[in-house]
Amino acid sequence: MSLLSIKGMRAGYGARSVLHDIVLDVEERQIQVVLGANGAGKTTLLRAISGTIAREGAIVFDGARIDHLSARKIVAAGVAHVPQGRGTFADLTVDENIRLGAYLRTSAEARQDRERWLTFFPRLRERLSQQAGSLSGGEQQMLAITRALMLRPRLLLLDEPSLGLAPIITQGLFKTLAAIREEAGMTMLIVEQSANLALDVADSGVVLESGEIVLRDSAQNLAGNDEVRRIYLGYE
Amino acid sequence: MNLFASQIVDGLADGAIYASLALALVFSYRSTGIVNFAQGEMAMLSAYLVWQLMAWGMPLVPAALVSIVISFIAGALLYATIVKPLSHASLLTVVSVLIGLYLALNSLAGFLWTYTIKALPSLFPKAHLQIGSFAVSAETAGIIAVVGVVLLLLYLLFETTKVGLAMRGAASTPDSAILVGVSVPVMLLIGWGIAAALGALSGILVAPRVFLNPTMMFGVIIYAFAAATLGGFDSVIGAVVGGLLVGVVENLVGTYIPWIGPDLKIIVALILIFGTLLIKPDGLFGRRKVVRL
Repeated sequence: MSLLSIKGMRAGYGARSVLHDIVLDVEERQIQVVLGANGAGKTTLLRAISGTIAREGAIVFDGARIDHLSARKIVAAGVAHVPQGRGTFADLTVDENIRLGAYLRTSAEARQDRERWLTFFPRLRERLSQQAGSLSGGEQQMLAITRALMLRPRLLLLDEPSLGLAPIITQGLFKTLAAIREEAGMTMLIVEQSANLALDVADSGVVLESGEIVLRDSAQNLAGNDEVRRIYLGYE
Repeated sequence: MNLFASQIVDGLADGAIYASLALALVFSYRSTGIVNFAQGEMAMLSAYLVWQLMAWGMPLVPAALVSIVISFIAGALLYATIVKPLSHASLLTVVSVLIGLYLALNSLAGFLWTYTIKALPSLFPKAHLQIGSFAVSAETAGIIAVVGVVLLLLYLLFETTKVGLAMRGAASTPDSAILVGVSVPVMLLIGWGIAAALGALSGILVAPRVFLNPTMMFGVIIYAFAAATLGGFDSVIGAVVGGLLVGVVENLVGTYIPWIGPDLKIIVALILIFGTLLIKPDGLFGRRKVVRL
């Protein structure tokens, strides 16, 4: 059974509907990537799953419906969302951000996990007492991911982790995500516009166009698909 | 020299009172971006509540504690019933409502307790502490000590506890707070409760010095605004330092500049507000707001 299973989901902002009849399954321990142009509804998809916007349809997570739960309850159920533009606490220190990520956990769990994730992001360890707002873009993304991991989620939603980062930084970030999947068996749903690096580490992917999923395949096949290569990978 | 030193110490005691009311303003401002213009009137009602409890036979200290607890609840209720429903309203609407509340609370006090002044006893004995040749009244020392302890407790709450951290997170970046499972409305509710409790403390400390009456907080709220503005409206440390500075400056000016004296002292607060906004709008400790376009 899939960890996340979405059927007939519609979502949008007020009267404006963005997603129509989405069907999507994310398997446990897999990295699935959502490709699509600007405005295709990628961010809306993640927001609908994490309950930060209104949505209709069936969203089943870990065997239970979550489509009527509030954003806070969905977090508690084990879905961590790293929104576009990081989602950290700019006024708090790096260490406080990490501790606040474990708000729903016991302090013993928090201490344990803090050490565990800091080994994946050693740069953050050097910056623990610095204000999050003063970090570089790459470091802020690392912090946002660490903050999300501190929840001990079953599913990690990542919204354009590469946004505003240099290609070399993005590459390192995706390598770390792959390592986290290997070691912790973390399931991830990653929205990406720069598809190259994401498809490298992903198992499968879907292409979103005007609020509908128009293509779903293994990451390998997508990377080799002529149309995907032309539109999203920039090959002619 | 002794006059000078005692003016400084008295200024610190006044300043401690301004600091606690300024902190109340800063807490509600930081958590919701709203300046609670009714903060002083709420504090005045808290002081009246102590008087009422004592009239019903309760001793002073328990009455003060009960009043602070009830004020906390009232502050939380104010957030839940008025501020939260208006969270998407325009700033002008919110300001109008809070100024309306200011007038309503003021009239309510007059209605319940009349406009005749009443005496609220001081929490501290009428003794003097003698340090060498220097004497300081127990009240002055007591006010500084009480506010100091309260500030220490607040510091521990915000810096060492999980709830304190969550409150800071919810105030600074509510969108991120939701994503870590923090209930933002609950945190803001607690924030407004703490603000009202701090206000109550300032009201209870100042009432014995000025007598209880419905307009007793008028001067104090102006000085608290000066303190918060001087410190930078979003800075906790700024509110404390600002409060102490305003208290000391107010006392020194009142003593050493004869033509100002006690009557024109309030001008000092207005000059401080105006001067800060003109020269350093973010205050001594405030963060400069940078808006990305």
